[in-house]
Order: sequence, then C-alpha cells, then structure tokens
Amino acid sequence: MAELKRLPTLPGVHLKDEIAKITHRLRDLGLSRQVDKAVWDKVELARHAQRPYTLDYIHHMFPGFIELSGDRCFADDAAIVAGLAAYMGRTIMVIGHQKGRDLAARTRRNFGMPRPEGYRKAQRLMILADKFGIPVFTMIDTPGAFPGVAAEERGQAGAISAALLCMARLDVPTVAVIIGEGGSGGALALGLADRVLMLENSIYSVISPESCAAILWKDSSEAHLAAQTLRLTSSQVADLGAIDAVLPEPRGGAHRDHAGAAHIVKEVLEDNLRELEAIRPLDRKRERFAKFRRMGVWKENGLTLF
Amino acid sequence: MAQRVSVNISRRNGASGGAESCPQCKQLLSAVELRDNYSVCPNCGNHFRLSARERVAMLADSGTWNEIAAGLRSADPLQFFDLRPYSERLEEAEYDTGLGEAMIVGSCRIHKMDAVLMVMDFSFMGGSMGSVVGEKFWRACEAAIENRYPLVAVCASGGARMQEGILSLLQMAKTTCAVELLSEVPVPFISILTHPTTGGVLASFATLADVIIAEPGALLSFSGPRVIEQTIKESLPDNFGLAESNLNHGQIDMIVPRSQLKDRLVQILGMLEGGVACALEPLWEEEAGRPGRRGPLAGALGRIKAFANAPWRSLKR
Ligand SMILES: [Zn+2]
Repeated sequence: MAELKRLPTLPGVHLKDEIAKITHRLRDLGLSRQVDKAVWDKVELARHAQRPYTLDYIHHMFPGFIELSGDRCFADDAAIVAGLAAYMGRTIMVIGHQKGRDLAARTRRNFGMPRPEGYRKAQRLMILADKFGIPVFTMIDTPGAFPGVAAEERGQAGAISAALLCMARLDVPTVAVIIGEGGSGGALALGLADRVLMLENSIYSVISPESCAAILWKDSSEAHLAAQTLRLTSSQVADLGAIDAVLPEPRGGAHRDHAGAAHIVKEVLEDNLRELEAIRPLDRKRERFAKFRRMGVWKENGLTLF
Repeated sequence: MAQRVSVNISRRNGASGGAESCPQCKQLLSAVELRDNYSVCPNCGNHFRLSARERVAMLADSGTWNEIAAGLRSADPLQFFDLRPYSERLEEAEYDTGLGEAMIVGSCRIHKMDAVLMVMDFSFMGGSMGSVVGEKFWRACEAAIENRYPLVAVCASGGARMQEGILSLLQMAKTTCAVELLSEVPVPFISILTHPTTGGVLASFATLADVIIAEPGALLSFSGPRVIEQTIKESLPDNFGLAESNLNHGQIDMIVPRSQLKDRLVQILGMLEGGVACALEPLWEEEAGRPGRRGPLAGALGRIKAFANAPWRSLKR
C-alpha cells in the first residue's frame, strides 16, 4: 500500500495515470450527461406544495394532539412543531419541521427552516419525553437550517449539535420519518433515531442540488445533474445504508392522498415502536450507536469496508 | 512521516520563494521568521493556516506522535463525478498535502501529558468530513476511552464532503455518538476551532466539546457568509462569524493565541482532572459501609468508580 502511495510521485507513472484517468473521465462524462428525469421528478415531488406536511400528518394520525411551544430561552420557532399525542394506547412526543402552504403561513413558518430556537425546543421536549418514558416520533421536512446572522449569533451550529447529542442519549425509542425534503444538517438534527424511515418520494441530501451544482459545477442550472449524482432519492439512500426502510406512498404520490399517506405512516410507526419497545433500553441504545457507527464506506489498507 | 512534512514545507516555500506577504497587513515575511513565530504574523497577529503535520509538530512533544488509522482512505461510495471525478480530486489532494485524508489522528504527549490528538487539514478538500473523517474520529474516541487519555480536536473544515452525499451528512450523527461515548466514561474533550470551521463539523463534534477554544480571527459559522448574504440580501457585519464575535455571543469558551495554545491546553486538562478527584468523595463513603445510593445517580457514581480504577490520567505526578 505504501508502495502504491509513492507511485504518483514518480513522474512517468503519474503521467500514465493521468492518461488513464482522462480516458475514464471522458467515458464518465458521456454517461453523466444523460440526465435521469425520474430523479428530478422525485425532487419536485418531495417539494410539492400539496405534499402533506407535519401538521397534516398530525391532523390525520393524532386527533388529541397537544402542541407545546418555546425553547424557554428566546422564542418559539414555528418552523418546528412539537407536542404530545395519544397513540395506540400510549403517549408519544411528536416533533417535526413545518413548512407553510400559503404565503402568510410560509412566512410565519420561515419555509420550514428552523432557527436555533427550533432545535432547542425540540431538545427540551425530547428530554421531557425521556423523563416520562414517552417514545419520540420525528418528521423531517426542511430545505435546511435557516442561514441568517442572528441565527448564527444565537448558535445555530451548537443548537444542531446539541439536538443530535440529545437524540443519541435518549433512553426512549425513537423513530424518524423523512416525509419530504431532508435537507442537510437542519434535517439530520431530528434524524438520529433508532429507526429512520423515508417516504418513497422524499429526498435526503447533504446539500441541495442547486447549491451543489453552484459549488461543484460552478453553474446552478446543473441542479438536475447534481441531484442525480448526489443519490438523494429514497431507494438510492436506502442502497447506501443510510436509512432503515422506504415507505410506499399512495398511488400517484402522497400529495394526492394525505389521509392515505398518514395511514401508511401510522401503521409503520406502530410496527416499529412495538419492535423497539420490546428491546431493553440499554440494548436499544447500544444498537442505535452501533448503527450510526457503521455509517459510511471507506478503504483500509486497500480493502473496502462498510 | 518526516519525509511528508518536508514535502509539504518545501511546496510552500517553492510557491512563495521562501517569503510570503501577510494577507492582512501586506508585510513581507520570511519563511524562517514565520516559522519561529508559530506561523503568526509578528506585525499584525494574523494566524496563518497550518498544515495538519505542522500543527502536530507544534502541539505534540517531539518524538511522541504515534499515528493511528493512517491506512484509511475514501472508497468513493457514490462513484461521484462533477466536472472531475472525486477519485481524481482525492489523489490530487493526497499528492498535494501528503495526507491520506482531511484528518490525522494519533496519540502523543502534550507537555508530558498523554493525549489523543486529532487534527484536520483544510488543504485536503477544504477539510471536508466524509466517511473516513468520521471513522477516524470514532477511532480517536475509542483510543481515548481505552487508554483514558483526553481527546484534543483541532478543527478546520468547510463542512460535509459533498462527494460522499448522504453518507457524509451522517458522519455528523456518527461523530456525535462517539462524543457521547467519551462523556460516559468520562474523558475530557477539548476542541480547538481554527480558521475556518463551518458547516457539518461545527454542527457536530466541534461544538460538543467540554471546552471550546478558538484561534484569533477564525471564521466559525454554520452557514457560510456568502450563503447568508444571498439569503438576507444585505452585506454582513465585518466581524461576522469571527471567533471574537462568537465569544461575545457566548458560543465558545475562550480565544487563545497560537503561541499560548499548548500551555493553556495542558492547564485546562489539569484542571478537569482536579474535578474528578472531588466527584470521587461520595464513593469513598459508600465503600466505608454506608448504604449505596439508588436511582440514576447511583449509576453515575458507578461509572465514576469504574473510572477511578483506570483514570484517564496515565501520567502520575
Ligand atoms: Zn500581518
């Protein structure tokens, strides 16, 4: 291996390498230009204005939902909705990003982009749930955490990392469902769960295809190509081992049938909670840690490891 | 290893002809002058970027660095290519920096105190965090726990490694779990945020440390200044996201100039060690025949007890 590492420093070999690479590259570029329209369709579906949002699922799944507000520190962030719900004979804590359907709601909800207060509210309520042995159910649907000066000054990064640490620590079962847009760290902050599920037409990505295209292709109009390259659709994310399961949507997509989509999520949530509740808390936590430890693919001394 | 350091330094000198001008005050500085002053401009205090190897040489006692997980490389899980293949960018980064990834980890001694040291290098693909950085961080934590050594993380990162897609995002979750394992023991974790530390690294392990130190003038923000300017459509204050502004807003513990960093690090680690001694007192009562405590506190004390048998401080005074 060390031998191989030194190879590129030999000028002759390096050149040969370059030639091989360029040949590969030309072939790759030829392939990459064929934009798969199905991928961009999924991106548009995930962002569809009629797609059910967290409050729509709450409406269909949890009739007695009691919303709880505020981070007890600075504000209540309407981009994250949270509260208690009675569910199949138990209480659960429901927390989710909330976009808005009309302009007024979008403005109030900040397009589902939380500020630090949103993550601190989520953290506060997860700790509350943990105290009373209440399972936590999160719904993920955000373009990302809000990029703003005040949000930075109030510790956006620290609020996200604290929410992540909080989820890692919980003794209660946790289930996260990506219902629409799983955008970057602002989405993951609610996603360090025992079970992470993804609706069929949702996306989960480290960066938005538009920003990725702007940075790597130096051209934001290459977003379709970026989306395809990022592998952000539910089946692609599942193939990478980054989530536990993909949930089917009603015929034509969740936006056509909110009640139907909520019914699917409700059933799957029950199955997962029942499985998780049968595991001892310490073992459940151990499995959670083992799962996230396995995340990623790397080579060690030349061998590819998952 | 030594060979790689010299490669790195000669590359810098080669590019600048043995001298470079300070980007802040424009003063022309010789390579020797800069090196003897911790790569800090003697005129204006601008902290030049350090390579990971230079940082290790600065913090670790000489001859004590023992790298771990050095054989880890990205497997390019997405076969990613934008204008160029990711695999090519990786090879180039490795060739340019002499590093296998954007982070090196190892055990060492810092003023004779054993520690696990983890250093990121911004020159390797913007210090971005992908699968390898996450795995190296995990192994650094494991080594810290196993040996009961404190963990020191020197951060410099543009965020997640886009070329590894969702897997790079999940390194935030992975490193967070690793930090939780540290605090269960507990072993102290100190992060040193250098210019720039942003995105997914700042929003995971970098801000989860017991004590957060920043270098003067370091940019520390979750979103980049340009992204924010485009969103709010106005220009940002001059001190936006700088270490000094972060200190004012309560986001970090302190700013330490590079020349004092090593001393301050050892002082803090020593202080944290003192706190553990106090926490042990109730245990001695229990051992003296008093009834053991019940509830979560008993669990916590049990952990401290286990810890007392193998303190992270291996260096006995
Ligand atoms: Zn200067």
